[in-house]
Amino acid sequence: MKSDKWKPWALLAPSMSAVLFLLVIPVCFVVVYSFWLRAPSGADIPAFQLGNYAKFFEDFFYPRILIRTIRIAFETVLLCVVMGYIPAYFFYRSESRFRKVFLLLIMLPFWVSFIIRTMSWINIMGDSGLINHVLIRIGLIDTPFSMLYNEFTVLMGLIMYLLPFMVLNIYVSLEGIDKSLLEAARCLGCTEWQAFREVTLPLSLPGVSAGCLLVFVLTAGTYLPPMILGGPGNDMIANLIFKRVIGTLDWPFGSAISVILLSLLFVIVWTYNRYLGINQIFKSFQGN
Amino acid sequence: MQRFSLGWNLIRIYTFLVYVFLFAPIVVVIVLAFNPKQFGIFPMEGISLRWFVKLAQNESIIEAFQNSLVLGSLTAVIATAIGILAALAFIRFEFPAKNTINTLLLSPIMIPEVVLGVALLLFLRWLQQPKSFVLLLIGHVVLTLPYVLLIVQARLVGIKKEYEEAAKSLGANAFQTFREVTFPLLLPAILAGGLFAFTISFDDITATLFWATAQNQTVPVKIFSMLRNSISPEINALGAVMIVLTVATPLLGGYLSRRFSRAKP
Repeated sequence: MKSDKWKPWALLAPSMSAVLFLLVIPVCFVVVYSFWLRAPSGADIPAFQLGNYAKFFEDFFYPRILIRTIRIAFETVLLCVVMGYIPAYFFYRSESRFRKVFLLLIMLPFWVSFIIRTMSWINIMGDSGLINHVLIRIGLIDTPFSMLYNEFTVLMGLIMYLLPFMVLNIYVSLEGIDKSLLEAARCLGCTEWQAFREVTLPLSLPGVSAGCLLVFVLTAGTYLPPMILGGPGNDMIANLIFKRVIGTLDWPFGSAISVILLSLLFVIVWTYNRYLGINQIFKSFQGN
Repeated sequence: MQRFSLGWNLIRIYTFLVYVFLFAPIVVVIVLAFNPKQFGIFPMEGISLRWFVKLAQNESIIEAFQNSLVLGSLTAVIATAIGILAALAFIRFEFPAKNTINTLLLSPIMIPEVVLGVALLLFLRWLQQPKSFVLLLIGHVVLTLPYVLLIVQARLVGIKKEYEEAAKSLGANAFQTFREVTFPLLLPAILAGGLFAFTISFDDITATLFWATAQNQTVPVKIFSMLRNSISPEINALGAVMIVLTVATPLLGGYLSRRFSRAKP
């Protein structure tokens, strides 16, 4: 088999060079750029200085956005677990003929454009949207009350986007549980609830934690829900990057914020991988 | 399982409510696409196709659709092609640093899209190249490659190595073995991976907003720029078309792959 040694490398060459040249090297550029200076003329001057980072931590303005991002990401994770566990458990235990259809339906939002699902909350929660219309019709209120453009609507948008990821991760992990364990627990006198608490729940935790990590990372890296459903005070770190890079063309500062975001996520992913192992996350995409 | 117990019924109701939450925005878009009113959202005053007609006459939207279709198809073909090769390497060969390389190739899933958007654009700026269609294409290939790789790998694990060895011992060379044995068995995963890549590319907005130019707008970018004013029935109509398109594609793909896998067990 000695002559075979080059073969896997030949097969890997296209994808490895794609990731190397289009991801690894560009990300290194972001790191390098974050030390550069921005001239008043708008040109960027190669340098090695920490001014961009100092600017970020200079006062509370930027760190507050970072902290808000972390808080919103935690809130999203928590709400996704609360909203996602029970449907995943339902798919696992259901004996309905339509179980496959239910599962397919929960995947369906994956296929519907993110921006359409996000902007549609305006149709529902806007001043002349569905909720106000219904409330006025049944006479609970006389004039529409505004619900949009605050942190709550941002959370709605985020959950809408991320809940299917959570459900799928939990479901994959539940499916891996040997059902005879449950029968054994029931035979030994456990109630349905005890069997769930002592057997099913602990065994499904890898899926829950994988879902949490995925939801956290995706929340921290998105700017669309705050942009479309949030007000001026709801910007998250990704919005800041977008505004600095696309809006004011401040590449060095935008790069520095990107590096801060990447470092935050790196610490979280690294810690997770160290204690729990990252491979669980990829399982959910391999299902079906 | 006590099928009619109180607890189980609560679980069912809860699940139903989660579905309502997930589907309300999608259903509302489709319903409102037929709203004849220009301003305001509800109540609807009848049913009208005027916004679909208006869409069909809007050249910049049609152009965006063409861009999205071409971009999605090319992304799917390229990502699937290089994804298959990588999957073969991981499943069929042993080599050093295998796990590290696997993690590296899957890492675009865990890197925030906003950072990927900045990084690729910055690299292009350093190379002093203008934004172009090629930038969108290579960016989308990187975004979709991990998903294709995961789907193809999962299927390849289930295809026994013995089939390939049998073909080889009967005198087929490596390419013939792939074409006659591995490829047909892998076809459902290739279709699924390609379709997934297509829809990710077709729907992507976060990174695409960094890479697109006025000449290379995709449909989501177009929707984004239309949203600047406010939500309009025209956006809902465009959304409805997008939903039907991106939902019909995987359903068709699932149907086709099931037919293929039934024909060749």
